[in-house]
Amino acid sequence: MNFDFSDDQKQLRDQARRFLAEHSSPKAVRAVLDGAKPYDRDLWKGLAGMGFLGVAIPEEFGGAGAGHLELCVIAEEMGRALAPVPFSSSIYLAAEAIMLAGSDEQKKKYLPGLADGTTIGTLALFEGPGNPSPRAIKAAVTNGALSGTKLPVSDGDIADIAIVAARTAQSGRETDIALFIVDLKGKGVSRKTLTNIDPSRNQAEITFDNCPAEPLGPAAEGWSLLTRVLDRAAVLVAFEQVGGADRTLEMGRDYALDRIAFGRQIGSFQAVKHLLADMYVSVTLARSNAYYGAWALSTNASELSEAAAAARISATQAFQHCSKNNIQVHGGMGFTWEFDCHLYYRRSNALALALGSLSYWEDQLIDRLRTRNAA
Amino acid sequence: MNFDDTPQEAAFRAEARDWISANAPHQYKDELAKASLGRVQLKGANILEVGKAWQKKKADAGWACLHWPKDYGGRGATPIERVIWQQEEGVFGKLSGLFIIGHGMCGPTMMAYASEDQKREYLPPLASGEKVWCQLFSEPAGGSDVAGLRTRAERDGDDWIINGQKIWTSGAHYSDHGILITRTDPTVPKHKGLTMFFLDMKSPGVEIKPIKQANGQAEFNEVYFTNVRIPDAQRLGAVGDGWNVSLTTLMNERMSIGANVATGFPELFAFCANLTLGDGPALDDRAVRSKLANWAVRASGLKYTSFRAISALSRGERPGPENSIGKLVAGSMIQDVATYALDLQGAAGVVSSPEQAELGGKFQAMLLRSPATRVEGGTDEILRNIIAERVLGLPGDIRVDKDVPFNKIPTKGR
Repeated sequence: MNFDFSDDQKQLRDQARRFLAEHSSPKAVRAVLDGAKPYDRDLWKGLAGMGFLGVAIPEEFGGAGAGHLELCVIAEEMGRALAPVPFSSSIYLAAEAIMLAGSDEQKKKYLPGLADGTTIGTLALFEGPGNPSPRAIKAAVTNGALSGTKLPVSDGDIADIAIVAARTAQSGRETDIALFIVDLKGKGVSRKTLTNIDPSRNQAEITFDNCPAEPLGPAAEGWSLLTRVLDRAAVLVAFEQVGGADRTLEMGRDYALDRIAFGRQIGSFQAVKHLLADMYVSVTLARSNAYYGAWALSTNASELSEAAAAARISATQAFQHCSKNNIQVHGGMGFTWEFDCHLYYRRSNALALALGSLSYWEDQLIDRLRTRNAA
Repeated sequence: MNFDDTPQEAAFRAEARDWISANAPHQYKDELAKASLGRVQLKGANILEVGKAWQKKKADAGWACLHWPKDYGGRGATPIERVIWQQEEGVFGKLSGLFIIGHGMCGPTMMAYASEDQKREYLPPLASGEKVWCQLFSEPAGGSDVAGLRTRAERDGDDWIINGQKIWTSGAHYSDHGILITRTDPTVPKHKGLTMFFLDMKSPGVEIKPIKQANGQAEFNEVYFTNVRIPDAQRLGAVGDGWNVSLTTLMNERMSIGANVATGFPELFAFCANLTLGDGPALDDRAVRSKLANWAVRASGLKYTSFRAISALSRGERPGPENSIGKLVAGSMIQDVATYALDLQGAAGVVSSPEQAELGGKFQAMLLRSPATRVEGGTDEILRNIIAERVLGLPGDIRVDKDVPFNKIPTKGR
């Protein structure tokens, strides 16, 4: 058994960590958070230059053709560094959807730009409160023209293209939903940036008014494609969450060793030690579930759907648990703007809601376990 | 990243599988599979005899205590081979319950500290299950504070005279031998005045009283020592070095990695899959789904954490303190799972008689046994300390008694 990343993959992780430590410092994250810019363009270009964006995209479409395990180790570092770039939207969602469902022509047209960062992509799925469900989608394509409003769309006002889930019929079945590629710079698209709980990442409302929409994959399979895209993205986002959780555990530990109160290091108090031990437990369980997801993703195993849901739930819990308790360990200092704790707290809670919230993934996991148990 | 064996591991697994398939007591397989926590009971058979017979059969064929040297009754196997054996042995491993302490703690301590003649005399019958050993550490005044023990050993010529009391001694009532930690010098700080021995449990002056536990069973005992004589030749390690000897014992415990820690989740999921709640299946209920999903990811997280540990073993690494996570997570989980399974049964959850209770009363048994799981072999609090101190590198607890002579340490509050 070798249930671990290879030495080469670990080397790639170290390389990504070093690069991000230099180019995605808390100062760089704060420049986006403070609203000076919608994302870090220099970091984005740098990531493209390192070949990180296209690591899992085949060489014939402009990528490095390495694979999804490599993408997982990079995702963990992106999460650890809170990279203020549209990596998850463009790579886990748009590029993965096109790799999964696109024609050869579409792959040739879109993937090279996504791989070198000159195109930013995203997924436009949600239409206000609620979890992913065919019935919640009102945006519709009629005679090749898309109309409707999507909110929130991650990186929606910086993206060049969006994969849009829209309805093609009103029967109420999953087969009514189809996926489309839409040029966000084209006619009929209006966008509005939304204030959100994690301003280091961009969220937008996009309104489509009779926009040209290019079908992605067979029309009747849109919902099942979408579910598969979300599963794949869930594994990758889980690695970002594990990276963030791991970093907050380190921050909490370092502070507990550094800070003296009542004449001793606060890390010598059992109440603080146990808080940190529980953070370690949650990260460890999440990491192990994420590894299972990585294995399933990279081998395209039939277990991918449960593995993805388990990774997603476990990582969401771990990042939220660790980021809130990191503030607790820091005490009042942790609640200052100056300390970085809140950056992770914001990101953990924003990521918890991306791709459908915890309750959606709980439902997915139980349905999938039930199906497997019944089989 | 893969779950595959190396060619050598695959060959070892195939050999183990073939032997188990040809030799295991398959007639008990179903009953063993059903027993999830607490005492294994077999209908019409004595578990002690069945367990001893299985152990003897394994020993004769070279499958007992795999990682021990051949000279002492083992096979000289690698840690990963031991894990593969455990995976293949599956439910039949439950038959080895009464040997866990002897094989996991006493044997390794004997190996490290006994004389060569003693090792050759005592270890093979321990490995083969002919002799059962227990570990006499805990005392009424020293559970988590092991070094606070009060059982005295006083030198008398070539012998030592033992007086005092041990408690929570698993299996003392059927054990042949035990390792015993005592206080030989109360005038020095508590960790420095301890000495370790091994003894014959049938020695005059040893009195064993089973403890009726909160769940009604009696796996543990009190053991009283009244002027018990132990020859100095049965001392393990130097006089006053008992604390270090006991650490060897406790470290060895960590070498065994449970690949399948009992969490209660598979039982709960199966139960909910067949349960009707309100108007429909329990698995359609939002609250049930949320609870189950939360436990599902804990159970799978533990499973894949153990797979990561096995991968490290496979690369030749030694297991470290991070493996404390297994019992810490599983212990409270099994308690919560059992509580919830009873809640789902409503008022009828109170009934534990096997004929009437759901799943033969399995969840009721789990509920009543689980408090012990969270205490035995390191409490939740001690395990958190281990993680905090040895994995995360946080400072140790402040110990006000550390440098105080043992006989000057206060023993009562006011």
